[in-house]
Amino acid sequence: MCRIGAIKARNYIHPCKALLLMQSQQKGHDNSGFAMVMQDLGGIFEDYKDQPTLSMACTDEGLKRAEDILHAAGFRRVLQWVPETFPSEELDIVAMPNYVFETFSYPRSMKNATQKEKEELLLDMRLKVRAALEPEDLGFVYSFWPDVVTLKEIGNPHDIGKYFNLWQEDDNFTARIITAQCRQNTNYDIVRYAAHPFFMQGYTVLANGENTFYQKNREIQRNLHRGYIGFESDSQCFLYTLHYIHRQLGWPLPYYKHVITPLPFDDVSRREDSEQLMAIRQSLANLEINGPNTIIGLLPDNTMFTCCDAKKLRPVVIGRTSDTVAISSEVCGVNEILPERDWNTDIYPDEREVVMVDDSLEVIRWKQ
Amino acid sequence: METVKIQQTTPNDLPWKIIYSASRCTLCGSCVAACSFQAIECKIEKRRMVFSEGELPDPQARYSAVPVIKQVNSLQNYCRGCGICEKTCPNDAIRPERNQDTRHPIDTRCIGGDSIKRGGRKNLTGSTRTLDQLRVGRISQMTDPSLDAQRHTFDMLAPFGRIMPVEQLPFTVGEDGKLVPNSKTPPVNWIYPVIIGDMSIGALSWRMWEGIAMAVAYLNEECGLPVRMGSGEGGVPERLLKSRYLKYMILQVASGHFGWNRIIKAMPDMVEDPAGVLIKIGQGAKPGDGGLLQAQKVAEHIMAIRGVPKTDLLSPPNHQGLYSIEESVQKMFLSFNSAFKFRVPVSIKVAASSTSVSVFNNLVRDPYNIVGGFFLDGIDGGTAAAHEVSLDHTGHPIVSKLRDCYLAAVTQGRQGQIPLWAAGGLGKTGDLAADAFKMMCLGANGISTGKLVLQMAGCVGNDMGRCNACNTGLCPAGITTQSSPLAHRLDPEKVAENIVNYFLAMDQELKKMMAPIGNSTLPIGRSDALVAMDKAVGDRLQVQYVC
Repeated sequence: MCRIGAIKARNYIHPCKALLLMQSQQKGHDNSGFAMVMQDLGGIFEDYKDQPTLSMACTDEGLKRAEDILHAAGFRRVLQWVPETFPSEELDIVAMPNYVFETFSYPRSMKNATQKEKEELLLDMRLKVRAALEPEDLGFVYSFWPDVVTLKEIGNPHDIGKYFNLWQEDDNFTARIITAQCRQNTNYDIVRYAAHPFFMQGYTVLANGENTFYQKNREIQRNLHRGYIGFESDSQCFLYTLHYIHRQLGWPLPYYKHVITPLPFDDVSRREDSEQLMAIRQSLANLEINGPNTIIGLLPDNTMFTCCDAKKLRPVVIGRTSDTVAISSEVCGVNEILPERDWNTDIYPDEREVVMVDDSLEVIRWKQ
Repeated sequence: METVKIQQTTPNDLPWKIIYSASRCTLCGSCVAACSFQAIECKIEKRRMVFSEGELPDPQARYSAVPVIKQVNSLQNYCRGCGICEKTCPNDAIRPERNQDTRHPIDTRCIGGDSIKRGGRKNLTGSTRTLDQLRVGRISQMTDPSLDAQRHTFDMLAPFGRIMPVEQLPFTVGEDGKLVPNSKTPPVNWIYPVIIGDMSIGALSWRMWEGIAMAVAYLNEECGLPVRMGSGEGGVPERLLKSRYLKYMILQVASGHFGWNRIIKAMPDMVEDPAGVLIKIGQGAKPGDGGLLQAQKVAEHIMAIRGVPKTDLLSPPNHQGLYSIEESVQKMFLSFNSAFKFRVPVSIKVAASSTSVSVFNNLVRDPYNIVGGFFLDGIDGGTAAAHEVSLDHTGHPIVSKLRDCYLAAVTQGRQGQIPLWAAGGLGKTGDLAADAFKMMCLGANGISTGKLVLQMAGCVGNDMGRCNACNTGLCPAGITTQSSPLAHRLDPEKVAENIVNYFLAMDQELKKMMAPIGNSTLPIGRSDALVAMDKAVGDRLQVQYVC
């Protein structure tokens, strides 16, 4: 079982907060990896919010191939940030040769392109780079998107923090939203792509638990979108479903919950919108999840939300202050970063509830 | 001294021999009266007793005429092994015994010059059943906990009706952020995943049919299990057509169109829609062959319901006038959809065949979205009457073909759009829950069962040639007969009670299988929950092989 956490703050925060959030939940994971997605970036990335940043870990050859692909497509690098690393034999980390965070300007040909066209191009480029690196194991590309950076690594989260000097707070590498996961790898190979959070076209999802409908989800999702690939983890299915419902179908967020954990037939029949809910249950039966899960999601407009499985087999807690909201698998994580908050306002969502935090940090709750 | 007449039929030529103990028999006559086949009769045997009364041998003979029960030496009235004589005998004086040396399959053809007809299902047993080589092998533990079959709730419903591809759902997002429907979608009924399938009134006695109908009504209204019953091809009694119980019936139309005159005439008076319409193209027990109700079963009430004279009723192998799958979709489906004003799902039943996937692909790609279910019937399915050669030698097993259809849908991203319903020998071992569960894991949305329901009612037939006389109208259990005395052997209320109890037990057992894999909804397509004990089966079905 993994541990997941997310912080959304009014002011920019440093990744050390995310490490702190996760560290106290150490017994719930096995040091098989740590990953985080930072969105709404500050520091050195603050002036480049409209331009896509490539996040990857790779070999020298992998870096060359990725840059060649992007240059050939007309992207020009405008910023490169290579985190300083502090290797030590004592650290439990399986490091890659290069960690790359490069921001690019769009090709000139995209000058008059719509936002949607740009978004499709960014996805295509990420998929192309991934396809170019994968066969020879030259590296991993996690995201290529404006205002987003992703880091995934194998090893002890504490040591990963030391390796990248993430325990040392500074103003260069910050964001208003940080989602993070410490892995408890159960079913699958320890590979970087299998580490949450998963990211696609502005959507981020991380999950704690197991998706027993993994096979069903995967079988249908493969045919739904060119970007639904990999499936190194059963939790990727949650991201693809969110992306499909919210972006591809254009349905509002409440319907995500109706798709993944549909209401029992008896409950649906008593509702005013039973026609819509039955149609959803019918047409999207293969996107239902079953089994124990908590999901934390992030939308392109910086909205953060959480919900859990239909039997509340995996818990999550939301703690908040006036300028920060934190979601965590265990309350001890929230206690670490928000010790002064009013515990009485903590939220433990139930099995039919969605808790959403909008960009002004207002917390909105509703029952499915 | 009698001379040997080789061609004369003797009990040793017949499939069953009557074992009779004269010393135990009280000559009460119950067995003779009970044998619906008249395969035994009262006879007088001449006996000769030789004795000597003095101290020295002085043989004398005494003759006597002894009343006994004897087997009839006839290919018409031969013993079917049903065992009703044994059931009725108070003294265990009589019973049938299987005759391994039977010459019946040869003699019958030689003398009759006609093919052998019978009821039941395939009697040729091969290797171990495929479903028995599968186990539910993925058990949820720790990280994804098992559920509690008693405590948790389970959604045990299956769709019957055309499921729209999501991108074709007629929704727009309203100003309040809610989805608003702009037009109708095809009707879908969510029903219990086990249908009682397709046995006509005609094939069954009216008391058996009534018993099933009562059980279905009780399961729906008292037990909360929305079980549906297929009418078979043979119409529906008018009183039922005009009652509210029609909503539990799936009306079948086959190539003979039997009973549809009455159904159409009753439509203005219907107070409920039927649960669905099933267009029967083929049947697993006798693929490529049409329905058959022999004249001896066409009693007066059957003549009335079907609107026919007393004669052999044969449904043609094909629906006349249908040239292709595409045409059938356009003609028949549209006709039936529009007949019920697009409120009732219309589905199709075909015999499993090497060509099933092509048929399914054609239907699943139909642009009108009007095919509401694909019923696939395998070689182990039952029938009330068919040629034995069809029963035993034509057809296709259901398991791999169902799987093929599901995977064909998966390849196209169309799984679930036409619900798959599987049938054909499911529950053959008496354990329908296990078979149903495994078929669902392989991709079936639900299953259909018929023969097992007859066995719940007391059918004594089996797949080793016992009884199988459903075609004769002489069913010793009163299940497949239209003879009043025989039908009255059957208590419809007891039939209903047995069926209800079996379904309640099965419902529990389904939950006991869903709980360990951690699923609260039916495990459609969850082949990852299965393991195969046989490598070839595993490879064929894309299920993990274990040993």
